[in-house]
Amino acid sequence: MQTADNLGQYRKQLAEALENTFQRKALDNFAVAYRDGRDANFAGIDRDHLIESIGTAKDAAMARLDELFEEFCQKAGAAGAKVHFAGSDVEANEIISQIAAENNCSRIVKSKSMTAEETLLNHFLENRGYEVIETDLGEWIIQLRHEGPSHMVMPAIHLSRNEVSRLFSEVTGKQQDPDIEKLVKVARRELRQRFVSADMGISGANFAIAETGTLGIVSNEGNVRLVTTMPRVHVALVGIDKLIPTVSEALQVLKGLPRNATGQAITSYVTWITGANPSAASGSGRKIMHIVFLDNGRSALAKDPVFSQALRCVRCGACANVCPIYRLVGGHAYGHIYIGAIGLILTYFFHGRDKDKNLIENCLNCQACKQVCVAGIDLPRLIREVHTMVEHGGKKPVLSSLAGFVLKRRPLFHALLRSGRYAQKPVTGNTAYMRHLPQMFFRDHGFKDLPALAKKPFRDQWDPAPFSPARPEYRVALFSGCLQDFVYPEQLLSGLQLLAGGRIEVVFVRQQGCCGLPLYMLGEHEAAADLAAWNIGNMDPGDYDYILTFCASCGSHMKENYPHLLAKHPGAGVRARQFAEKVIDFSSFVMRMGLGEDQEARPEKTRAAYHAPCHLCRGMGVRQPPRDLLERAGYEYVAHGEEETCCGLGGTYSFKFPEISATILDKKLSAVAETRADILVTDCPGCVMQLRGGAKKQKRPFAVLHMAEAIAGKKP
Amino acid sequence: MNRSERTAQFTQKARAVSATVKTVATMDEALAHAVDVCAQKQACAILASGCEHALSDPAEELCGLKQWEKLIAAPNLKERDAQSLASLCRPAGIGLIQRGLAAYAGGIDVGLTLADFAISETGTLVINCPDEDLRLATMISEVHVAVLNAGDIYADSYDIADKLAAFFAKSDYTAFITGASRTADIERVLTLGVHGPLDLHVLIIDGQSSL
Repeated sequence: MQTADNLGQYRKQLAEALENTFQRKALDNFAVAYRDGRDANFAGIDRDHLIESIGTAKDAAMARLDELFEEFCQKAGAAGAKVHFAGSDVEANEIISQIAAENNCSRIVKSKSMTAEETLLNHFLENRGYEVIETDLGEWIIQLRHEGPSHMVMPAIHLSRNEVSRLFSEVTGKQQDPDIEKLVKVARRELRQRFVSADMGISGANFAIAETGTLGIVSNEGNVRLVTTMPRVHVALVGIDKLIPTVSEALQVLKGLPRNATGQAITSYVTWITGANPSAASGSGRKIMHIVFLDNGRSALAKDPVFSQALRCVRCGACANVCPIYRLVGGHAYGHIYIGAIGLILTYFFHGRDKDKNLIENCLNCQACKQVCVAGIDLPRLIREVHTMVEHGGKKPVLSSLAGFVLKRRPLFHALLRSGRYAQKPVTGNTAYMRHLPQMFFRDHGFKDLPALAKKPFRDQWDPAPFSPARPEYRVALFSGCLQDFVYPEQLLSGLQLLAGGRIEVVFVRQQGCCGLPLYMLGEHEAAADLAAWNIGNMDPGDYDYILTFCASCGSHMKENYPHLLAKHPGAGVRARQFAEKVIDFSSFVMRMGLGEDQEARPEKTRAAYHAPCHLCRGMGVRQPPRDLLERAGYEYVAHGEEETCCGLGGTYSFKFPEISATILDKKLSAVAETRADILVTDCPGCVMQLRGGAKKQKRPFAVLHMAEAIAGKKP
Repeated sequence: MNRSERTAQFTQKARAVSATVKTVATMDEALAHAVDVCAQKQACAILASGCEHALSDPAEELCGLKQWEKLIAAPNLKERDAQSLASLCRPAGIGLIQRGLAAYAGGIDVGLTLADFAISETGTLVINCPDEDLRLATMISEVHVAVLNAGDIYADSYDIADKLAAFFAKSDYTAFITGASRTADIERVLTLGVHGPLDLHVLIIDGQSSL
């Protein structure tokens, strides 16, 4: 739950979460186990095809929600269920409370429902004097603790057996051992009595099949079946986004959901309920069956050209499982009610800007969630879009508007960077690092050394002569990126040495500006679109075979986001797509050109660990070329488990959330240290800044190099 | 996949989620197995699982409701099979009920049911159970013994989509059951037997296996 008024308070909540050692360890073990098991979970299944078909099926359903709702009503009604439509959360709660009153119910048993969490149904009913008992083990535990879930699938993952045994000792009034097997049996027995005495059961649903009026509910414990069978009244609370046209499409989603959620091919139980079934407890011999559909903004969301895909979500929780931030702080600090990447998005729509304004800042844009989503939701992009609305819905922070003003004016931006070199002298002591950070700007940022601006930017050192052959095989535009142009020109210079010699013409267009990613991350999408148009205008994709960048962040932004940013501008979208097609990263380019081979036979090879920049491995989908290039260049490539985990930089993220950034960085450096690597190589100057700064601060025994430096054999 | 491959895959997948799978030649053999399971259950002291632990008073009372003779519930057997089962139960001192299961929420030792179909890809049983007693037999029994014809095993859930849609054409309750009831809600430690059966046995009647 989010109660923080401002970023400062939110950071306090995060700091407390970082101190929770049990949760830290539990989530860390889970993150590694989930990552290691995921491929096996989909063995024998064409995962990409499944993800695509789930996305397509859900999109098609969302496009005709009204129709599906009508059909469902008719079919379920004919089978004896009463179907209700609730426009808002409070309306849903009122309807359910009304059903309880009309049927003289007082004791309610409930199975897990995120939708009921969304409407805060339990509080509502309890305030009206009803007894509501959660029967999913994890949900019961957190209900007893008066907490919300900390994960959508494993609500009590933040708690230890000791905490549970203390809780159960209180509830039963008898001492309980911290033995998990025994605690589960105690819950079985305590809750069985609740099922027997309840007069109403409330469930959620994973599917609402329109063609038959059927609800489908997945569960492992079996409580859903008792909730929907033993009491005489059953009320299902279902988001209208769970409507799906046919049985076959529900079965399709069912193939992906459990595999992605818990790594099961299927859950222990899938319960399919159509209409009112026989019920001995009911006077009429038939179950009193009600289905309440909740809208709460969903039908408007379904019509939104950008955000409708958020309704594809099947609530598997995987976007939290792979999130490097969730892994550190857990769901209470990384969500309001909905948790993880999808939570950052849905919180804005279901619970409002105020609940989301701090949360939405807490994203590294590392794209791990996008890659894992079983419905193919472009979560990072939706997060950026919500971020823009959050920013523009309130007062715009000074930093963001100022940045927009400066970055859009290239000569001003470059002039500022140049003058920055003189202004930084007092803090660098003329070394390559900032020695004393101005504390007012960089509070809590002591975990890494920050680099100083270079004495001479790349643009002042660029000499086109060695790269202007008379008959080139390839014509390449170099996109330098600000960080390499002004901070790390040596990365460009050393890498370019490989390309000199006749086959390749390299053109450096001086008018190029910032790629625009920082503005995009700040929610300044219009300014980012202007920069995209400017860069494409200055580097016509028709003139070049490749647009080469040594910066994975610039590369993935140009490849992925330019087409989106310019989609609405007539003609520009086409050019952006063509431009994007030609963008290539350094490692892929060198491999493709057959360059970089080590000519010497070395008796002992240097051990090289690799850090895969998020924007390269997920953003640009480049995985194998850098690893192959290291081996081709004569290094002994040593793998480690955290290779594709974010370094924690995330552009301005590390300045907003330094504690989290530092912890992620530390985890990464420790994993590298375990490989006993001599060097750590990566493909992005941003990652170099974070990793090199951290390694230097922590006095790690390995050097951090950009791939271009590693291949040119140059030490920093 | 042919029938024996489907049977083999079903067996493998169901065992992977801790189900006991046995091939039997006839229904009589299946009945004898269920009685056997119930009789052997005596050895383990997990009747009305959880009652051996310290419980709150109302939960303790429910344990008292459990009749401490052993009990088999078999709501959907054919008349002939029900009679055969009764004649096996009697000498073993086991009670047999077919209706009114809700009164035995404290726990039934063995629930014996027939399954309509199975899906080999996931080791899943499909049981059409709008009948409340049948439903309860698969829920409140401590051991669920399901009898399945090998000819009713399909490779994939998509293969039974039409059959499901036919079930759903009127008021209906259909269960997919894969292994025993399970949870990992405390410290992600897998524990079997939360709210449903602690154990699932699948007996496959394969007319071809005796050839």
